[in-house]
Amino acid sequence: MIYLLLFAEFFKIGALAFGGGMVTVPFLIELSKTKNWFSLEQLADMIAISESTPGPIGINMATFAGFVTSGVFGSLVATFGLVLPAFLVLLLFSKYIIKYKDTSVFNNFLSGIRPAALALILYAGIVIAKLSIVDLKTGLFALLFFILIYFCKFSPIVFIVLGAICGVIFEI
Amino acid sequence: MKELIRLFVVFAKIGLFTFGGGAAMMALLHDELVKKKKWITEQDLLDFFAIAQCTPGIIAVNTATIVGYKMKKSFGAAAATVGVVFPSIVIIVLIAAMIQNFMDNQYIVHIFNGIRAAVVAIIANVVIALWRKNIKNYWQILIFVFSMVCLLCFSVSPAIVVVFGCLLGLFTQFMLLVKDRSK
Repeated sequence: MIYLLLFAEFFKIGALAFGGGMVTVPFLIELSKTKNWFSLEQLADMIAISESTPGPIGINMATFAGFVTSGVFGSLVATFGLVLPAFLVLLLFSKYIIKYKDTSVFNNFLSGIRPAALALILYAGIVIAKLSIVDLKTGLFALLFFILIYFCKFSPIVFIVLGAICGVIFEI
Repeated sequence: MKELIRLFVVFAKIGLFTFGGGAAMMALLHDELVKKKKWITEQDLLDFFAIAQCTPGIIAVNTATIVGYKMKKSFGAAAATVGVVFPSIVIIVLIAAMIQNFMDNQYIVHIFNGIRAAVVAIIANVVIALWRKNIKNYWQILIFVFSMVCLLCFSVSPAIVVVFGCLLGLFTQFMLLVKDRSK
């Protein structure tokens, strides 16, 4: 039963991805390696499309991955699975989170998760880089974009559009 | 019912105009909810965003859920959550359904190669920004390095890395308590 499996996998991601959309990427990498739902190449394109279309990246990627796996219903199931854990947590515990969010136990709990989440994002970046930086040209453009983003704090969408334009002009 | 529809519409609008992650959504939320609609105060919004960040899942969606909950309890939370993901689902399903036909087109290939190079650069910058904001001591650097080694060298599942992170964080708390006790 593919839908049930899809729901379970994305529910797990929704429950464990602390730190937002980018943290879901390593989980998707794992899915692509362990299940035959989509290839790493497809995943790289999904991330590119999710970054360049409106909506939260995490949701876009889950919808996309669900669709590639098993059509429109798959995309609904994956997105529902991803959103549900946080929805339940917030409904049941938001009062307590407000009350305890400044206590030391909670902050130490988070102070351990944050470096782990950061490692997950860097790991995702490395996997995507391996897929995307295939020659000198792609390497140079990635470096150029990195420097541009670092020094001008424009919204990422500016650089996505720039990437697309450079891609066509310089035949990356 | 009217209120619920309004929540849905406002958050669908926010979902439609948010590019990137949750942080990008903040300006939009402030504009819509604090300034125009006056549903919540600025302090509320900051509190909600803080909660959304320390709850698992997608920060933008979590923020929507909390605002909806504050407005109209469970039904409000559902209306706002469905609203914020609705545009994504429609747009991505349309793109996903059509993209297969264009993937062989030479221009599309170049466009995607260019975007992918930009995505790598964006992720690298996200890592730097988050490092500066969140990594404050050697213990955290150690957790980071440990997690990296797990992922790169031993292909440990991301789920296990997150659970390790939680446990190591709680271990810090435990050590602090022991230290206090011994004083």
